[in-house]
Amino acid sequence: MFDFSLFTNWIHSFLSSFMPEWLTITTECVLIGVALLLTYALLALFYIYFERKVCAAFQCRLGPNRVGPMGLLQSFADMFKMLIKELISLNHTDKFLFALAPYLVILASMLAFAVLPWGNGLQIIDFNIGIFFLIAVSSIGVLGILLAGWSSNNKFTLIGALRSGAQMVSYELSIGLSVLTMVVFAGSMSVGDIVNAQDNLWFIFSGHIPAIIAFIIYLIAGTAETNRGPFDLPEAESELTAGYHTEYSGIHFGFFYLAEYLNLFIVSGVATLLFFGGWMPLHFPGWDGFNAIMNYIPGVVWFIGKAIVISFIIIWFKWTFPRLRIDQMLALEWKYLLPINLFNLVLMVLIVVYGIHL
Amino acid sequence: MPYEAWKDNEYIESLVKELQDNGANVVVGSFDKLINWGRSNSIWPLTFATSCCGIEFVSLGAARYDMARFGWEVARSSPRQADFIMVAGTIVHRMAPVLRRLYDQLAEPKYVIACGACAVSGGPFKKSYHVVMGVDKIIPVDVYLPGCPPRPEAMIYAIMQLSRKIKVEKFFGGVNRQEKQEEFLKNHPIPGVED
Amino acid sequence: MADTQEIIAKLFPQATFEEGDILTVEIPDSQWHDLAETLRDNGELSFDFLMTIVGMDWVEKMGCIYYLTSTKYNKRIAVKVATEDRVNPALTSIADLWHIAGIYEREVYDFFGIIFINNPDMRRLFLSIDWKGYPLRKDYDASPETNPVPEDNERQSDFTQVYTRDADGKIECKEERIFAENDFVVNIGPQHPATHGVLRFRTAVDGETIKKIDVYMGYIHRGIEKICENLTYPQTLHFMDRLDYFSAHPYHHCLCMTIEEAAGIEISRRAQVIRVMMDELSRIASHCLFIGTFCMDLGATTMLFYALRVREQILDIMDKTCGARMTFNYECIGGVMQDLAPDFVEDVKALLKIIPQNLKEYDKLFTGNVITKNRMEGVGVLGREEAISWGVTGPSGRASGWACDVRKTTPYSIYPELDFEEVIRHEGDSMARFKVRMGEIEQSARILEQLVDNIPEGEYCVKVPKVIKLPVGHWFRTVEGCRGTFGVYLESDGTVNPYRLKLATPSLPAAAVVDSLTRGDKIADLITIGGSLDYIVPDIDR
Repeated sequence: MFDFSLFTNWIHSFLSSFMPEWLTITTECVLIGVALLLTYALLALFYIYFERKVCAAFQCRLGPNRVGPMGLLQSFADMFKMLIKELISLNHTDKFLFALAPYLVILASMLAFAVLPWGNGLQIIDFNIGIFFLIAVSSIGVLGILLAGWSSNNKFTLIGALRSGAQMVSYELSIGLSVLTMVVFAGSMSVGDIVNAQDNLWFIFSGHIPAIIAFIIYLIAGTAETNRGPFDLPEAESELTAGYHTEYSGIHFGFFYLAEYLNLFIVSGVATLLFFGGWMPLHFPGWDGFNAIMNYIPGVVWFIGKAIVISFIIIWFKWTFPRLRIDQMLALEWKYLLPINLFNLVLMVLIVVYGIHL
Repeated sequence: MPYEAWKDNEYIESLVKELQDNGANVVVGSFDKLINWGRSNSIWPLTFATSCCGIEFVSLGAARYDMARFGWEVARSSPRQADFIMVAGTIVHRMAPVLRRLYDQLAEPKYVIACGACAVSGGPFKKSYHVVMGVDKIIPVDVYLPGCPPRPEAMIYAIMQLSRKIKVEKFFGGVNRQEKQEEFLKNHPIPGVED
Repeated sequence: MADTQEIIAKLFPQATFEEGDILTVEIPDSQWHDLAETLRDNGELSFDFLMTIVGMDWVEKMGCIYYLTSTKYNKRIAVKVATEDRVNPALTSIADLWHIAGIYEREVYDFFGIIFINNPDMRRLFLSIDWKGYPLRKDYDASPETNPVPEDNERQSDFTQVYTRDADGKIECKEERIFAENDFVVNIGPQHPATHGVLRFRTAVDGETIKKIDVYMGYIHRGIEKICENLTYPQTLHFMDRLDYFSAHPYHHCLCMTIEEAAGIEISRRAQVIRVMMDELSRIASHCLFIGTFCMDLGATTMLFYALRVREQILDIMDKTCGARMTFNYECIGGVMQDLAPDFVEDVKALLKIIPQNLKEYDKLFTGNVITKNRMEGVGVLGREEAISWGVTGPSGRASGWACDVRKTTPYSIYPELDFEEVIRHEGDSMARFKVRMGEIEQSARILEQLVDNIPEGEYCVKVPKVIKLPVGHWFRTVEGCRGTFGVYLESDGTVNPYRLKLATPSLPAAAVVDSLTRGDKIADLITIGGSLDYIVPDIDR
């Protein structure tokens, strides 16, 4: 596999050849920031288009096809419009918190990007508690949602925010436990180590039964974490108009809209990392020819491709299932997923201890 | 959609001509073009329906007519996030202040399509004691769409006309919407239509 | 009929009788409450279903006509109660005997200004608090200056009035709170995706649990009944399309039948068959749309598009014959407007072929789903007695085990010759209401199958006089609309215009029952229950 660290190291040495060290680091930070923002925006726009097309296909429709070739420019047009749409300021609200909320939501998804393994060596920061960091920052998002719901001074948004709070607190647990199961299996919290440990075989294969159980639970909990159907209670269209972001207009609403899709990508990205080898190509022990061919496909393609496939499954959920009710949703988590998860963790520990894995 | 493909409304054509007569700054003009491209291609409706026309609006979203092709399928339930309100159905006295409020809650730029005979003029309920005779008594209307209810094809045409109207707007300096409707009509008489 | 009359005459010597297709009893107001109680509770009468209350203004006096049905003996009776006081008209309320009576009485109060004593909630129903005058009175000033289009938001009152009569016979007015003082009241509607139009629920909630709902109607009240009083009979027909726009054909059918019966017009068999086929086609289309919108309310948007595919196919058939997709104005006095389109039979056969496949698909995609079952089973249980007392007819009533299909109980047109089953379930929950509608699609398809090859030749419309004048009298006819029993009350004074046209629609009880069904359930259940009752707002408000 091509190691991107060669490229990044080259940039570093090139910059430091004529700059003092502090300036080099500043420049690199700016470069990374720009690259990140660009990826962020493009991915979100792509995802919006992707969801609309997939949804149309499920509903026997065509989906956007007028703006640009095959409607590819549709989400760009939406973005331009959203950028210059009026920002309505409300009376009787906490203006600062009201404005802060969308930024918190977007910040949470932005921070999570820092540890995603895009490719071999193509990772912003790889530190020893990468996964832990990921879980920690992704919970900031709920803060933004709660703030949005509360500061809008609207009863619908408040109910939406409370639902969201209950949902996040519950499903964070499932996400944490299923991630923990895989961390036990990998023996490390570092993202780089986890990916490298899947060099021979992806965890979903090598971890067999407990890994598959953990993956299914992760997928359910991940759907809930991103507030998508059938868990889209905080923004249930037919119940709460637009839920917690009812009062937001213009680009502030745009942030919520983008963050929803980015969170979808992050959840799929983490699933890719934990179960499908991150950027690691599909390798089978002993199939050397096959493995070599797989290596020709760049790691970035592998990572994004796998993430998109998993997001497709999550989108599939949304356009198939009806919505759950709040008590049913909580019952699903606390009465079913949590016990299964705990049992699964024990199972995984046993498997690791006795070495019954591939 | 290429602009030339649906150049069939003389009234708007004359408006365009008038606007372009004054000329435009190269930079501002191209910015305007970009913005208008975005706005006219992304018009999100507010989910608003009072009666029969609303069901035809649902049909418009369904597989046969599929308004998603044009990017109009993102129907928002919150007026803050929608671009235009399709007044689909009769508006009665009790609903009038509510509609007015919904219109006020829409974020600029906002547009209104009066959809169906009832919204245009009161339609079959002209003699009723409780029906508002045309929504233009309450809110400014951009496109009138007759029919009872209009067929989905007609609705597509109406929204396309709206999209055209947005294309000739100016974002920087003088948005033609800010003129009052009566004044605007006085300055731009429609040929063949009195008053 | 005779024995009903005897029983009443024995107990209430003051009652006077008027024979007709429905026995009409006239009784002074002072004895009305006792008579109502007797009619409901006497085992030999058991008129337990209050079909409608028709408010009337006979100029010299004002009053109401109550239409009651006995579900046990399948009999109907009408009771006339009147007062001569036009300034402060007051009648005794029967809201304590029938749940739905409270709402119907509010409607009469709204239109005629008749106060009902002891009604626990005597507010206006359709018009706003500040509306001046009572529009259906004959002396109402309809000029727009009296009631201009309001510019400010509607005045909102947290109080309701209750009128009682004290020992001396004087009427007293008391104000009562609608909600408790510290309730967290969420305003759902009038513009809300879940209300299927413009209905408004003021909902008191405790967390996610609903404590009480106050339903506000009238956001699309168009005054059709009043407009009709100034139109000729053929002109009134087209409003039937715009009430419940999904059952345009059955509603048309009902008004045509009433006028034809009054004018003594016999219509040809071909026209009858065409009318019944159109009724059943619109029933399928309507239930398809119900499935779609209901699933969308529950969050399964995709089902809407699947269900709409079948509906589009039916609309095509209608489009070819009637020339419109929704407001057909097809049935006319004497038959139907035009003959069937040449490929009508072929199209209906194609439709019948795909319906079973589609129903199977819906079952697979939606009904069998675990989430669906959890959301719908046991939610909003409406018992049989409750359903009758609330007057919830149609598929919703049949889901509660009440055999209320007008096509079976009081058959009209060619329905007695047809072979079909009345779909009845006994659970009374949202799932039962959903399944009854699925079953009715099958039954309607069965009726179509019997008719499609047997459309008789003949004229589609008989010759009727250019100007239709009805004799003096009153008529009440019902049909089975797509959402329940639809009744038309027609009173004629011998001129070309109806003196009074009252439309008893099935959606009003369905919307009124929401409050009692949702108490103690979650907000999400409100959406399920509202969706499963399948009310159409213009049908409520008229």
